[in-house]
Amino acid sequence: MLKTDIAIIGAGPAGLNAAISAASMGAGVLLLDRDEFVGGQLIKQTHKFFGSREQHASTRGIDIAGLLHEKVKEYKNIELRLGATVLGYYPDGVITAEYQGRLLKIKAQRYIVATGAAEKSLPFPNNDLPGIYGAGAVQTLTNVYGVLPGQRVLMVGSGNIGLIVSYQLMQAGVEVAGIVEAAPNIGGYLVHAAKIRRAGVPVFTSHTIKEAYGDSVVQGAVIWQLDEKWQPVPGTEKDIKADVICVAVGLTPLTELLWQAGCKMKFVSQLGGHVPVRDENMMTTMPDIYVAGDVSGVEEASAAMVEGKIAGLCAAASIGCSTGEFDELRSRALSQLAELRSGPAGEKIRSGLKLLV
Amino acid sequence: MLIKTGVPTEGDIQRVTPSPERMAGGPVAVIECFQKIPCNPCYLSCKQGAIEEFKDINDLPGIDHGKCTGCGICIANCPGLAIFVVDYTYSDNEGLVKIPYEYLPVPEVNSRVAALNREGQEIGTARVVKVQRIKGQERTPVIWLAVPRDLVMSVRNIRVGGQQ
Repeated sequence: MLKTDIAIIGAGPAGLNAAISAASMGAGVLLLDRDEFVGGQLIKQTHKFFGSREQHASTRGIDIAGLLHEKVKEYKNIELRLGATVLGYYPDGVITAEYQGRLLKIKAQRYIVATGAAEKSLPFPNNDLPGIYGAGAVQTLTNVYGVLPGQRVLMVGSGNIGLIVSYQLMQAGVEVAGIVEAAPNIGGYLVHAAKIRRAGVPVFTSHTIKEAYGDSVVQGAVIWQLDEKWQPVPGTEKDIKADVICVAVGLTPLTELLWQAGCKMKFVSQLGGHVPVRDENMMTTMPDIYVAGDVSGVEEASAAMVEGKIAGLCAAASIGCSTGEFDELRSRALSQLAELRSGPAGEKIRSGLKLLV
Repeated sequence: MLIKTGVPTEGDIQRVTPSPERMAGGPVAVIECFQKIPCNPCYLSCKQGAIEEFKDINDLPGIDHGKCTGCGICIANCPGLAIFVVDYTYSDNEGLVKIPYEYLPVPEVNSRVAALNREGQEIGTARVVKVQRIKGQERTPVIWLAVPRDLVMSVRNIRVGGQQ
């Protein structure tokens, strides 16, 4: 049995920050990730991040992963285990993980679950044809492994992921045939949209995919317009040739572990689906389980990093670790988070959180 | 409308365009940022004190065009790649546009490239005058383009070689 003060599940932007801040309070930290590298989704993000200096604004996601990894290495009290998939939480407060073909048992005083989110899918005829991907898979292929998914991509969804993956595909030399968006307005940041528009990519707002077609692989799609009641308008069909259809229609929190542990969950559509009920310090209804990042509500990586800081600080404080700076660090992080969410872009998150905290 | 098309309207552009007097006075930044998002690196990167401090990080950037020298450091620091520098005084019949450009190949100095507008349509030819690498943001080269003066406020992208 491995024993530690705080075990953190997931070494993405939230988990890395949680590890650093818990370790800075003097806690012993075991940081686990099922992948073979740290950073989570950060390593696929070749674009520069928004936010402020504290959240590494103007730095590319992949470089932020490197910076955080370096910082983790500076702490002797952080043990990092990669390729460790956490399997379950048991009533005696033990978790198990699969690690190098062995079963690990881990007992920590506190757990911080930072497992992130999974992609949502979209039902349409022939959506099982080869060549139809989720945006995360396209990013992994292109940006992590250097493999192009195809020559000409139709993107479905104009949130930040749909917009930025379109941009990254063009940087990799792939043509983007267009972006289809069911809502009347573009969902992501308009600076991202302007960037792909000036590269000549059309955005079809109030449109949806009617069907994909192709013999054995996808060869294209028929899209059509939606009226104000989101009903398709017959006669507005457009045929778009593409050998890849990339579905970027949002994320939903990866909460299996929290359900299984018995945390109280609540469905909040603004936060992406079922999320754990938790307090301002990111503690769930189980006093030994904290959360941070997309698992507690789908949001930008900048917010995930600050939530990680808060969870790390508060989990460490709850087991008696202390530094003179705790109150100041905690309140600074809380105000940063409030600031990030305070504008029009944070309205959805704010309304979701009201239902939760 | 910008939020439906992704392309700023003429009205949007007018609101961020420096005065004719300032434009006549040499290089100046045009910040084409029209949506309140939590972001402030433009202010942090500006060495001239021209981009105003954000009271609220969600505010739109404010710029004192009088203090701006058109140095272009903000171009490479803006995560949204939404800042451009225009210079109507470049030569008798040409103006200069500086754009952020994160595609390969990076154009050669003195080459001619297709000049594109905010919708990606080809509206003329641009000559590459300089490829500037801003310290700390070397992977966002700033491309200096000489274009016909009447296209200075329209050229916002380029296509390097090849047909599309």
